[in-house]
Amino acid sequence: MAPASCDPRAAWLMRLGDATLMLGHRLTEWLSRAPTLEEDIALANLSLDLIGQTRAFYTRACELEGGTRDESELAYRRAEPDYRNPLLVEQPNGNFADTIARHLLFSAYAHPLYEKLAHSTDAETGGIAVRSAREMAYHLRHSGEWMVRLGDGTRLSHEKAQAALDDLWPYVPELFEADELDREAAASGFGVDPSTLRGEFDAAVNDVISRATLTKPADSFGQRGGKSGRHSEWMGHMLAQMQFLQRAYPDARW
Amino acid sequence: MTESPAPLWEVFIRPRNGLAHRHVGSLHAHDAKMALLSARDIYTRRGETLSIWVVPSAAIIASDPSEKEMMFEPTGSKIYRHPTFYEVPDEVGNM
Repeated sequence: MAPASCDPRAAWLMRLGDATLMLGHRLTEWLSRAPTLEEDIALANLSLDLIGQTRAFYTRACELEGGTRDESELAYRRAEPDYRNPLLVEQPNGNFADTIARHLLFSAYAHPLYEKLAHSTDAETGGIAVRSAREMAYHLRHSGEWMVRLGDGTRLSHEKAQAALDDLWPYVPELFEADELDREAAASGFGVDPSTLRGEFDAAVNDVISRATLTKPADSFGQRGGKSGRHSEWMGHMLAQMQFLQRAYPDARW
Repeated sequence: MTESPAPLWEVFIRPRNGLAHRHVGSLHAHDAKMALLSARDIYTRRGETLSIWVVPSAAIIASDPSEKEMMFEPTGSKIYRHPTFYEVPDEVGNM
């Protein structure tokens, strides 16, 4: 696997940006199709938070690697293996419970991650993390409250919420698996070792699962690969849609 | 799926300290907590909010439009109730 950037700090930040970009894009697919008008706007807000985080991570990454690329190039002009997001965030929206479960799992991981990243040795990165942590605290609240209502709602909503959790659980371990890049970033004080976040994730998710009267899936096996550029079948389709405009009309402007 | 329609809630927002909560609109939500989250998502997108109230629309007791003569017209002739006969010092601020 070739590194995503010549600068390991940039490569590490780009991985955060890849995750928020893909999840942010997935949420835009709900626009005009959400179950209620209220939730349509809420999902758009969550999406905009994530895309805003992406821009901040990418912009800082580009500065760190010397300014030869910009955020748009990272977002729209790379090939599938160059994206290093965990597989969880590229999974399709499915039904509303699938989207909410995916968002709960991601928020419960990203919130403690950003809180720790706020102490980065890089002040710029720390600043982005402080703002992003506040956003993720709300994402966790929003997805958690929905999960409780779906799980503790009707028989059908309970079944769908449990199925969503069961289907997505295999994508959880990858979030917390530290590789060489993670360990290096953590050791230098620039980044965070994701394996240190599992306790906070479990506490947040366990709380929601028990209030939702759902059953926590067993940790059996993990689907992994996204963090090293090996993606699920869904990724190519999503990139094709996301990158179409920039590929068909390079440098298009409003 | 069910669905009983979600009840309606009225949303009030206080934009800054020193100002009162102001009615900004309404929304549908199944319970108070979700109404509060939706209010945040729908009505505070452009910042400058310190506090939100949500109130079940059914809890609001409204005056009857057909009684407006009795209710409101008598005040029309009492101009001395308008605070136009004295100067309000600037230091008072928002009233």
